[in-house]
Amino acid sequence: MINDSLKYVFNLIILVLIQVLIINNIPLSWFINPFIYISFIITLPLFIPGWFLLILGFVTGLIIDISCNTPGMHTSATLVMSFIRPYFLNSIIPREDHQSTAQPVPSVFGMGWFMKYALVMTLSHHLVLFFIEEFSFSNFFSTLFKVVLSSVISLLLIFIVQMFSGTKTKIR
Amino acid sequence: MRNIIRFLIQHHFAVLFVLLQLIAFIFIISFNPYQRASFINSSNAVNSFFYKRSSNIIEYFSLRKTNRVLAEENAFLKSRMPESFQLSPNYKRIVEDSLKYKQYIYRSGKVINNTITGKFNYLTIDKGNKDSIKKEMGVISSEGVVGIINNTSSHFSTAISVLNTRLKISAKLEGSNFFGSIEWDGKSYQYVQLNEIPLHAVVRPGDIVVTSGFSAIFPEGIPIGVVEKVTLDEGDSFFRILVKLSVDFKSITFVEMVENQDRDEKIQLESNSYND
Repeated sequence: MINDSLKYVFNLIILVLIQVLIINNIPLSWFINPFIYISFIITLPLFIPGWFLLILGFVTGLIIDISCNTPGMHTSATLVMSFIRPYFLNSIIPREDHQSTAQPVPSVFGMGWFMKYALVMTLSHHLVLFFIEEFSFSNFFSTLFKVVLSSVISLLLIFIVQMFSGTKTKIR
Repeated sequence: MRNIIRFLIQHHFAVLFVLLQLIAFIFIISFNPYQRASFINSSNAVNSFFYKRSSNIIEYFSLRKTNRVLAEENAFLKSRMPESFQLSPNYKRIVEDSLKYKQYIYRSGKVINNTITGKFNYLTIDKGNKDSIKKEMGVISSEGVVGIINNTSSHFSTAISVLNTRLKISAKLEGSNFFGSIEWDGKSYQYVQLNEIPLHAVVRPGDIVVTSGFSAIFPEGIPIGVVEKVTLDEGDSFFRILVKLSVDFKSITFVEMVENQDRDEKIQLESNSYND
């Protein structure tokens, strides 16, 4: 159990470092701002208690906010994502018994399922984030365009990360 | 009480979410200048909507008092009407600027009522229609800009004071010619704010602020005040400039009304070309 939590802490640190040190420094375009750190919340165990999930979402968002100098914006977006997660998981999880430590990852549920799940999570996060950043609905469609484009790139990056960690779980 | 606690425990997930989201929004609004500004703007719009509605209703309750005040004011004005104004010096002078095109006519007047304590301050001047005072003429004193005429009767006129949060005056920095607008924040009768001066302008305390002449109300170069303090908030694209007024609004008595004879022509031309 302690081993597992250490794994997640390590996971979070690596993701935050990749986000802050590499991805934030790649000038893609105004429309494309991928965020990879949300894959930490996405891949948390299935049956993690709700309150703990929210706290983790809050802390993750806060860490990114502190390093990106955007107080509150990522926190709010990550919270919304953590809030939606249990409801959405309940509705799409196959009706079988799962271990309490099982993770919603491609190696357990399959690639198609994971794609659907990660897409909804990423869209919910990006939607909240970019509209808070804009703070008005006056450029509604250009913001929406930004949300969709960035989500596609974020998803791509999350898949790449999953490929790396996916092989590990298969070996085990 | 027990029910409340049971409710909280039952819905602890949603309650915690709302709580943490609130904290996040407090962060957003208190640390990001752009988001804070738009939040305050929209909440002001909501406030003023309700304020207008409620004052529409409340006004009915004070009709009796308003009537009495108006009757008293009428009596006061009537008592001031006869003769007394013929004693005051009536003069008129015509100024031609260096290009010999724009003509400004100055007419003298005396301030007979003046407030500085409210948020919307007005002056009353003892000249009206019969002395050719018209709406939207500028009011200046020998020290600088005082206000703009907003209403006239046959023997009196009222002017919006510079110390009125609804008034904006186009102004510029003497020398560098960067222009912005003068606004009052409703706090001190000695200070106003100069906004919209861009960051690449050079502004120092002691610089003189004068009218820009863009509005066709005031001639160019009438003094407004002296720059007292220049501050720059992170995230703003304009300076915040505090200007000490050159006019002492507490002791103001004799003023001049400025008439720009080419004003109608300028406005006509501008409205034509802006509508194209």
